[in-house]
Amino acid sequence: MRPARMPLVLVLVSACRAASPGENAPIVQPGAPGQPSRVITAEAAAALPSPAHTAADVRFMQGMIGHHAQALEMTGLLATRTSSDDMRKLAKRIEVSQADEIKMMQEWLASRGEPLPDPHAHHADDAALMPGMLTREEMGRLAAARGPEFDRLFLRYMIKHHEGALVMVRELFATPGAAQEAEIFAFASEVEADQRMEIQRMAAMLKELEG
Amino acid sequence: MKSMITRAGCVLALVCFAVSAGPAQERAASPAANDPRVSLKPGLKNAGVAISNMELIANVPKPPGFFDPKAPAGEPTEPERPQGAPEEADTAKPGEKPRPQRSSLNYANSDLAFQGNRLFAGNFSGVNIYDIANPANPKLLASIVCPGGQGDVSVYRNLLFMSVEQTRGRLDCGTQGVQEKVSPERFVGVRIFDITDIRKPRQVASVQTCRGSHTHTLLVDPKDAANVYVYGSGTSPVRPGDELAGCSGGAPDEDPNTALFSIDVIQVPLAAPDKAKVVNRPRIFADPKTGAIAGLEKKREAAPGVQAASETNQCHDITVFPEIGLAAGACSGNGILLDISDPVNPVRLDAVADKNFAYWHSATFNNDGTKVIFTDEWGGGTRPRCRATDPPEWGANAIFDIVDRKLQFRSYYKLPPPQTEQENCVAHNGSLVPVPGRDIMVQSWYQGGISVFDFTDSARPVEIAYFDRGPVDAKQLVTAGHWSAYWYNGHIYGAEIARGLDVLRLKPSEHLTKNELDAALLVRFEEFNAQQQPRIAWPANATVARAYLDQLARTNALPAERLTALRTALDRKDRAQLEQAAAEIQSLAASATGRDAARLRELAAALKGALAPAP
Repeated sequence: MRPARMPLVLVLVSACRAASPGENAPIVQPGAPGQPSRVITAEAAAALPSPAHTAADVRFMQGMIGHHAQALEMTGLLATRTSSDDMRKLAKRIEVSQADEIKMMQEWLASRGEPLPDPHAHHADDAALMPGMLTREEMGRLAAARGPEFDRLFLRYMIKHHEGALVMVRELFATPGAAQEAEIFAFASEVEADQRMEIQRMAAMLKELEG
Repeated sequence: MKSMITRAGCVLALVCFAVSAGPAQERAASPAANDPRVSLKPGLKNAGVAISNMELIANVPKPPGFFDPKAPAGEPTEPERPQGAPEEADTAKPGEKPRPQRSSLNYANSDLAFQGNRLFAGNFSGVNIYDIANPANPKLLASIVCPGGQGDVSVYRNLLFMSVEQTRGRLDCGTQGVQEKVSPERFVGVRIFDITDIRKPRQVASVQTCRGSHTHTLLVDPKDAANVYVYGSGTSPVRPGDELAGCSGGAPDEDPNTALFSIDVIQVPLAAPDKAKVVNRPRIFADPKTGAIAGLEKKREAAPGVQAASETNQCHDITVFPEIGLAAGACSGNGILLDISDPVNPVRLDAVADKNFAYWHSATFNNDGTKVIFTDEWGGGTRPRCRATDPPEWGANAIFDIVDRKLQFRSYYKLPPPQTEQENCVAHNGSLVPVPGRDIMVQSWYQGGISVFDFTDSARPVEIAYFDRGPVDAKQLVTAGHWSAYWYNGHIYGAEIARGLDVLRLKPSEHLTKNELDAALLVRFEEFNAQQQPRIAWPANATVARAYLDQLARTNALPAERLTALRTALDRKDRAQLEQAAAEIQSLAASATGRDAARLRELAAALKGALAPAP
């Protein structure tokens, strides 16, 4: 924790000269290439429609919360079962990223008035699991493993788990009308980039372990 | 719902345990925790500010049409408060349940481009064009409404370029999106606007690409006066081939035409920009020996835990430096160095991986072309990644030297003070501050603010100035902060996602003398696009000579009496003394080493130049 202290706070707003409101600056909405542009009023600009989030977006966020939650259960097993610093470092990155992303997804749903998923949804029947998720049997096997055997199993399972997340992103983007809103587009893209990188990292580690 | 939160709480406890047990050092223990940037007051419009060695001279809130009237973080556009009026509360009244704020990425400010007295401020909804003839009072000239991407912008003569990647992007700049999976109305790629009439830009071309354009890089080839080039970096899934012919996203060993594992090279004929088209999708990740498209796959590092960089199939951003014929690509899993002497056919010279990097995001060369700074956008920019618990080498800059056209790692640089859970923060866009004789960069860190640092010694970067506001909201993370911060003709312009355009000025300090700053102020560009680095050249004159003298004083390379004599000679314009000194300094340079050798050489030239009549 950081010690509480009085920060040196300078409020500069009053020191700034008031910026010009830019009166008479036109708001231009261009047409397609070769077509004329039109000038619209500020009111019209503010009233322009934006794509709303869709049911597929909500399902993605709800499903991904459970998906992430299982990744955290997996990393939660790691501390007492591995002896590898690299494994700890890997798990830390997954934990930091995914715990924070769960928060983000919950906020995304809440601020749009959409229900948060049942906290035990990811413990449902194996058949109802999101892509890449571990079955109960697999979770049990992971929990029972120790040392290098745990590391190998963890990497294999987490690669599969992450690949499932990539499938979820792909399915989202393939759904007509989905991921049009900026936040979910950015988030889904970030999940794709982040987990793709981690898959590569884990594949390399697995290769080292398996020789 | 409740138990979900409890579960998250358990998880966070585990995370904390892992932190204390892990190898990463805690930043909270460092002196940075005493930094004035820690614990700033939250607020959208009245946040606490910590500033060092610079001053904020203007803040221009976002104009109408570029905020969501329903989202507080998107409405910093109310008229300026009259003098003496009470401050508006940013937070809910006591007892009132705060409405959840939506971070309004739809209206986020993003990248900046410059031309003459004009500043082009990209936004997820379009572009705002400002007149910055008086940097302390930017005036809005026109706004373009045209959503579909982050609003990455570049400008060249009468052409304005803009990246589009979102599936909502439309050819006609409509805001309603595209619902169909395949549609002739969808546009993702690079838009080109004609800005001859700055108050009424029109779209002249939309260059469709398979993966859209997350970012793009303008490339003016010194050898090709008829065309300008654009490197498009697409990071989205590949579009269906029935929407854009020739697009497929198969695995590289099965699909030789896959749109993965490439960038788009767009050629724009200046006489007919409407004829702009993709002229190449170079396989910059290919194995030069086997020709395998996914060539970086085989490059594996020996140490366990070091990522394999196998699936690098895209660049996030590319920075070109045409004068030296090099480009640095920040390509998701790798940092790469490209030879761009033939702009249509870039050739990879080197590729590096870094076990601490989550996502290679952007690159900046130093002015000599001997160093590259790569950024790691861990968390994608919308999440807090500068907390005390986040390791200093994660979500940071990695500084490399270029030795024999290969990249050699030297150090990491991360924003020194920790930021809160409510502040999205990670390394982001910046540019060089043109102080001769030193390598200095100004960089944005989202809600971490702006940090100016010296990396003259690439192994030991040092912060020399900063600007930071408190979080937008005390309780929750509302996406905001500086997307980009660039030096342009004497000022630093910062694009704040939620709070508009900031204009700042560096002040002389113990880290930067007035002479050094005055020398930086001499550098003027007619156009500036941060991803196309121009070679900075300084005039040989007395101002620049004084800047070098201050640096040689700092490194004790010249004795104090010598420095005093030279400064006096410059003040008196003493021809005989300056001529003699220039010759002596020149010979001193021959025996000096490191950066001081170059400084002495440049000083000798500047002493001679100080005698010449101004052109």
